[in-house]
Amino acid sequence: MVNSQFYDKQMRSLTLKVENVARVFARKTLFEGITFKISSGQSFAVTGKNGSGKSTLVKILCGLMTSSRGTIQYTVDNAVVPIDELFPHIGLVSPYLNMYDEFSGEENLQLFAKIRGIPVDQKYIDELLQRCTIYEHRKKEVRYYSSGMKQRLKYCAALLHRPVLLYLDEPSANLDEQGIGVVREVMQEQKQNGSLIFATNDELDLKYADSILDLNSLKIG
Amino acid sequence: MMTGLIPYQIFVKEIISEFRTRYALNALMMFVVTTLTMVVFSLGDNDVPYEILSGMLWIIIFFSAMSGLSRTFVAEEERGTSLTLRLLTKATNVYIGKLMYNIVLICSLSVFIALAYQFIIDDFVVQSQSIFWVTILLGSIGLAGASTILAAIIAKANTKGTLFPVLSFPILLPLLLTCIRATVLAVEGAFISEALKDFQILISFAIVMIAASVMLFNFVWND
Repeated sequence: MVNSQFYDKQMRSLTLKVENVARVFARKTLFEGITFKISSGQSFAVTGKNGSGKSTLVKILCGLMTSSRGTIQYTVDNAVVPIDELFPHIGLVSPYLNMYDEFSGEENLQLFAKIRGIPVDQKYIDELLQRCTIYEHRKKEVRYYSSGMKQRLKYCAALLHRPVLLYLDEPSANLDEQGIGVVREVMQEQKQNGSLIFATNDELDLKYADSILDLNSLKIG
Repeated sequence: MMTGLIPYQIFVKEIISEFRTRYALNALMMFVVTTLTMVVFSLGDNDVPYEILSGMLWIIIFFSAMSGLSRTFVAEEERGTSLTLRLLTKATNVYIGKLMYNIVLICSLSVFIALAYQFIIDDFVVQSQSIFWVTILLGSIGLAGASTILAAIIAKANTKGTLFPVLSFPILLPLLLTCIRATVLAVEGAFISEALKDFQILISFAIVMIAASVMLFNFVWND
């Protein structure tokens, strides 16, 4: 089921070109020669054993970390977007992104909308909270959330500005069966309404990918 | 929403966050009360020259500021929210929002210290209140301007607590010396025209620090 209300009526086009990206830590190469291209309507998965650099690659692609070599180019609606101005176009769900503990779930989302400079659409915020089944906990401070509830709130935050490209690092982490179901719906919708890049070792998640980069062999399948 | 309002939203977030967590406020108040008490007891009934008392006032303001001003960035790093913030808006908006918060924090703190200091220390009698309060205001803005960028730098280091005053001291020395000189003039009851040169230095210091920080912050924040 595609719930198009969570996306822009007019789909934006995006192209991501990654060429020969490498990351070196303390003279040790974590990965190198990573080259791929994705466009709107496509999904791309990164897999590999623990420590192979999945999260590092996601951070580099989101502009949260610099690569040691190589180039990354984003084009949105035929205009090249510098990596430090990428934030309006991407959403990220990841274990290393935290919400503000002293604010409630709802306040976090309202705050993020204000800091992003977009209108606080309370109806849309309520829809996101209901969809991620944390609506009844919306007034609770995030410090009292369970890890699963925090993960659901991260999905709300990542979808709040209707990103054209959604990054998911360990998409199903900390989630129960119902939560995983919601995530799979979101992944399916994002594939149809924008682009999706995710890092996982879960075989079921990998079924949502059009192409898969295995960091162990550096092959794209 | 106008993008010019984004720094204001970050400032509001900082204020609400501070009142809910008391990360900086409690530490600052404890520091100020403890230091003022120690100064009063150590002075006893001795006659201390007003030049020394003026210097001591700025020592208290400097170290109080050092114990609280870095919290705005250190707390983001410790709670793991700095990456979240980086994904929300431009670096410049974050800097301006945090600077606004630090200016409000240090101005309130300095006013509190200055009032308490005048009230507690009998020998510290300010003849020219206008010079005194302009110095407190400009000195606080300069302190906030320099320490905000330093706080962003040290937030990424391992030894945050010790690095902040050590790095700040040489940068803030010209500001502190000027503030002390202007405070001495205020105690002596000088005319405001005599303090204009010091005010110009304080204003220039704040402008240079804030302008350089706006240009450099992107590299500090996104690295």
